[in-house]
Amino acid sequence: MSITDKTAAVPAPRGGDHTGPLLEVKDLHVEFHTRDGVAKAVNGVNYSVNAGETLAVLGESGSGKSVTAQAVMGILDMPPGKIPQGEILFRGEDMLKMSEEERRKIRGRKIAMIFQDALSSLNPVLNVGYQLGEMFRVHHGMSKKDAKVKAIELMDKVKIPAAKARVNDYPHQFSGGMRQRIMIAMALALEPDLIIADEPTTALDVTVQAQVMDLLAELQQEYNMGLILITHDLGVVADVADKIAVMYAGRIVEQAPVHELYKRPAHPYTRGLLDSIPRLDQKGQELYAIKGLPPNLLKVPTGCAFNPRCPKADDICRTEIPALVPVTEQDGADLPGRKSACHFWKETIHG
Amino acid sequence: MADLSTNDEAVAAALDAPVGRGEPILQVRGLKKHFPLTQGILFKKQVGAVKAVDGVSFDLYQGETLGIVGESGCGKSTVAKLLMNLERATAGEVFYKGQDITKLSGRALKAVRRNIQMVFQDPYTSLNPRMTVGDIIGEPFDIHPEVAPKGDRRRKVQELLDVVGLNPEYINRYPHQFSGGQRQRIGIARGLALNPEIIICDEPVSALDVSVQAQVINLMEKLQDEFNLSYVFIAHDLSIVRHISDRVGVMYLGKMAEIGTDEQIYEHPTHPYTQALLSAVPVPDPEARAHRERIILTGDVPSPANPPSGCSFRTRCWKAQDKCATEVPVLAVPQRFQGEDTPAAHFSACHFAEEKQVVPAG
Repeated sequence: MSITDKTAAVPAPRGGDHTGPLLEVKDLHVEFHTRDGVAKAVNGVNYSVNAGETLAVLGESGSGKSVTAQAVMGILDMPPGKIPQGEILFRGEDMLKMSEEERRKIRGRKIAMIFQDALSSLNPVLNVGYQLGEMFRVHHGMSKKDAKVKAIELMDKVKIPAAKARVNDYPHQFSGGMRQRIMIAMALALEPDLIIADEPTTALDVTVQAQVMDLLAELQQEYNMGLILITHDLGVVADVADKIAVMYAGRIVEQAPVHELYKRPAHPYTRGLLDSIPRLDQKGQELYAIKGLPPNLLKVPTGCAFNPRCPKADDICRTEIPALVPVTEQDGADLPGRKSACHFWKETIHG
Repeated sequence: MADLSTNDEAVAAALDAPVGRGEPILQVRGLKKHFPLTQGILFKKQVGAVKAVDGVSFDLYQGETLGIVGESGCGKSTVAKLLMNLERATAGEVFYKGQDITKLSGRALKAVRRNIQMVFQDPYTSLNPRMTVGDIIGEPFDIHPEVAPKGDRRRKVQELLDVVGLNPEYINRYPHQFSGGQRQRIGIARGLALNPEIIICDEPVSALDVSVQAQVINLMEKLQDEFNLSYVFIAHDLSIVRHISDRVGVMYLGKMAEIGTDEQIYEHPTHPYTQALLSAVPVPDPEARAHRERIILTGDVPSPANPPSGCSFRTRCWKAQDKCATEVPVLAVPQRFQGEDTPAAHFSACHFAEEKQVVPAG
């Protein structure tokens, strides 16, 4: 009744036909104008994803991880949202300079998104076959009948049992895991180059979570897609990601390949996070807890936003915002892909 | 009536007697809760029942933490409500110091509830937005005025705020002025107000951010030592349950599948469901993913309105045989481990229980 298998090793990033990364976010800023002031949700984020690669964006609620994704997808509520500066390059073209018409061609066809809560993301009064088929009708101008056939194919693809019989069912008739599969099917419909998954398994039970993550990894491999996985779960990240960007108060505080980050974090926040999660395979006495609370985005602390909670904080941390700088070995040797935004990254990584 | 009230007083006296450390304080026997499914409007006809809890037995010892884990819909939260007598049990008993609380009502039940308190999952909906923090934490004193005399309450509430790590000056603030972690602390303070002996925590940290979770967990452990509390800790996060629990029970579809000490359950699980559950938990260690063996269950949890015959897990189990469809496995030490002095010899409800290590040794 079940498949017992070994989890696949980290696949090497595969290059696409074109040179350069699939998606590149450069110095992105997003702010929200509210009655109480300007909330700076994203403050200069840089990251890139290649085809076939999985980037995990890790952060707590309010760290700006979802807002960044919404900006990339072009579904940010504007107003109150505003993008004062930054570039989002998809295959080298800046999407922020495109017309709404051009963006719509990319959205869904080239970049698709999977949302956290499948029940509220699906339309409750339309059957799933219609909603899946909508992708083909709108983007490819297919007939209703052909679109339904395609919808059944997709449901088979994401391993929904008895797809033919269930294509006319409504979202509430499916279980949580099945609904999430429908969301994945919808994102996959037009075989996009990049999928953004915003907490795709947070609402699911562990056994179902494992099923859904496996399916996602399998399909990613098959289509050689780039994947941006937004999550707060360090366990899920360790299982699927190639590289990680840790966000705090709208900035990336650390960037690293997955193995490196867990072995030797170069930012006190990352270290704190890793130490504060209870482990299934370890039973310690007391958990390390990061003191204090995540900052209010309306009044982010001066200097490094993490300084009030940081055990290493010094005077410089309260006045100067640390830049995201490359991290090197003790002898100065390069550590490819590693960056940290901490004045004391040397002490943090090398102990 | 006079007769009844003396009986109540006898009950109340029995409840005040202390329980020694390590002795059972709560004994649950064959607890069942079936919610009726009805058809028709005027003459409601019962057409079936959702067997949310279907025969659960366990003991809670004084001073320990019993973790209860399971997927959504397995009946964890219904068990919590039954222990508080917030739901009337269909069958079975819950003995608190020898008193069956499922049969109690009125004054005797009120006395029991003073000693068993609850902390809820969602700190955003479990606090009344129109009451100040002081009113919320002080409300239990309105119901049990014997605990704190009227003039003393404000000071008591401030003490409680201090105990859970909040500034006592926050007493006149409203819940919306606090963050999620702080709200959960308020919920805990309310639970502590009446000096209970048992606190039932229903997913107390699952709505919190990772960095705040650790703070609340540490607080709960500190309070347990300080006030000599016994916890029933219900959660779906297996890592957190392992961290906080002395003993763990695994539930599936209204039944207890396996129960034992945390070492027995996590390092020597014998029930296939426990093994699958544990192997599915993502371990925050990318080194482990290459050589970690995972059991991925197919399908979803069956409906508790129409559970499979025999063993309820058999529809998703890879070991299932004919016997599993006909015979309900009992929760006991499996025959093959009986009399042996191994950690595998603990209660497991499986016909084909065998040990399998699924959590990488760390």
